[in-house]
Parts: sequence; C-alpha cells; structure tokens
Amino acid sequence: MNSKKSNYLNPYLGGVLLGLVLLSAYYISGRGLGASGAIKSAIVTTVETVAPAHAENTEFYRDYKTTHPGNPLKSWLVFEMLGVLAGGFLSGAIAGRLKFKVEHSPRITSKRRLAFALMGGILFGVGSQLGRGCTSGSALSGMANLSLGGFISMMAIFGTAFALAWFFRKNWI
Amino acid sequence: MGPLIVNEIISQNTNYLLAFVIGIGFGFVLEASGFSSSRKLAGMFYGYDTVVLKVFFTAAVTASLGLLFFSLFGWIDLSLIYINPTYLWSAITGGVIMGAGFIMGGFCPGTSFCGAAIGKIDAMIFIAGLFIGVLIFTEGYPLFEKLYMAEFLGAPKVSDSLGMKDGVFAFLLVLAALGMFWAGEWAEKKFPREEY
Repeated sequence: MNSKKSNYLNPYLGGVLLGLVLLSAYYISGRGLGASGAIKSAIVTTVETVAPAHAENTEFYRDYKTTHPGNPLKSWLVFEMLGVLAGGFLSGAIAGRLKFKVEHSPRITSKRRLAFALMGGILFGVGSQLGRGCTSGSALSGMANLSLGGFISMMAIFGTAFALAWFFRKNWI
Repeated sequence: MGPLIVNEIISQNTNYLLAFVIGIGFGFVLEASGFSSSRKLAGMFYGYDTVVLKVFFTAAVTASLGLLFFSLFGWIDLSLIYINPTYLWSAITGGVIMGAGFIMGGFCPGTSFCGAAIGKIDAMIFIAGLFIGVLIFTEGYPLFEKLYMAEFLGAPKVSDSLGMKDGVFAFLLVLAALGMFWAGEWAEKKFPREEY
C-alpha cells in the first residue's frame, strides 16, 4: 500500500512518539492533551468582548468566569494549540507538504467537500462540549489514564463514525 | 516528583511555555503521521488506511504504560493527575455527535489544526464549524444542561469499574491493541487504495 513515495512517519513509531508527548504532558502539567477546550476559551473571550452585557446576564459565561478566573485565553490548552499549529507547520515544511488546497475524493466537488467540512465541524464543536472533550482531551488522554469516560468517548466516537460510514462513502472513497 | 506543576517544581508561566512546547510535539507528530489529511483519517472507516487506529492505540498504550511505570518508580503521583469526570449520558451523546461530525467533516479538532497549519482549506472550514458548534453549545446551554449533568459517576477508572488492577487492565489493553493492529493490517490489504 505505501509503495508510492509516501513520506509519512511509520504509524507505530508515530504512535510511540505521540504517547511520549502525552506522557510528558502528564508528568509536567498533570493533565493530558486537548484541543476543543482552546476553542471554548476563544469563544468565551469573544463573547465577553463583543457582548459584555450578554455575557454577564448569561448563566454559562458567568459560571465559566467563576470556575476559570482570569483571562480565558491565558490557559494551558490555548498555548498548547498554538504549539500544535507551529508543530504541524514545521512538519509540513520539512516534508514539503505546505500547499493551499481542498482535499477531496475525485468523485465529489470542492464545494461539496467544504459544505460537509463545515457541517462536520459544527457537529464536532457541539459534541465536544457536551462530551467534555474531543478525541484528544477525552478519548486519547482518558484512555491513557484509564478513565472510564475516555473509553466511553472513544467507543461512541469511533462506533458512530463506523456505523455512518456507508452513508458518506462517496465523500471519501 | 511529578506532576511538576502540581508539586510546584515549576512556575505557572513555565507551565504555559512548556504547554506550547508540548503542543509543538503534538502537532509535529500528528502531521508527520499523516493526520493533516482528511482522506487518510477517513480511511479508518473504510479500511483502506488504518493509520488512525495504529497511531491512536500505540499512543494510548505507550502513555498508559509510561504512567504506570513512572508511578512504580516513584516519579509521578497518579492521584494528582487530572481525570476527566464521567457523566454517562453526555459522554455517550457527545461521542455520537462527534462521531457523526468525524465521518462528515473528516477531521477532529486537533487534526483540523494540523491540516490548517499546512494549508488545507477544508481543515480551515472545519475549524470555522467548530467555532460555530461551540458557540451553539455555550449560547444554548440551558437546552443542554439537563443532559450535560445527568448520571454523574465521578471520575472513575475503567479498571476500578471492572474490579481489576490497573496493570492487569493495561495488559489487556495491550493485547486488544495488538489484535486491532493485526485487523488493521489485514483491512489495508483487503481494501487497497493508492496514496494521494
């Protein structure tokens, strides 16, 4: 399968390296990796800046402020996600993969791909908040510390994606 | 002894700096493994590319064994690490919604940032969707609150729920991972497709 000039890392080596990054997060910061929490910080900041009165009168933002005092953008996950952008860019630059493009199956148009990307993003945004973390924060980090919730998230995410795969096959194959 | 921040061996500002460094490692490994490509990620669900399975489970096993060994050596106090609380119904419903988002959008939040970092426009649109989705949740919170708070189980370990020692469960996890790697390699041979 990987015969044609695939210059990706061996997946098992990549997995060990990712595991070591996750382990160092636990060792240094006492917490796992994450992604969606950084977006919540950005949303809370935006709402507090654009509509301060609304933020003060809405229970969710008030609660968030009590449980997360200080500037929401000064959070571990925000710094970590800025690192993800830098690290992804660095790896792509080294491997020669920097290029603006819409990646999609030859059987569908770019427009269709982008419409589905937007819908998928919206669903993932809602789901990650409801589920208290996404594939990184809940599933991967949760599995590493053997958290029950982590295993439930992992099975629900991957199980649903497998169950629905047939309906969306044209988008990918 | 770790965790360094909880034991006040490093300052909060150093912690933020190291968060950035850890993020660089996270993003670099994800991108280098091919997680910046939605079609590679989605391959998982059609069998043509099971890189997600291999990287995800190798990482989970590596980190969980690492934590157990670190604890054994007295390098980390596992009672001080953060474990996400489990609220049964929101974990399942949230996971189902995320699974649908995954197969439609082809990314998860972490991988979409990697894709965007190398110029994937579909990843940038996915991120725009993430912001809309999170805003829907924060604005619509009263509608979600009941489900979000239902069936709180504390922050249990799956090993405790099954009445097993952590080490025994981790060993079973390693065996399960090996079984899945075998299945993944088999699937890639059975449903081959060219690299793109």
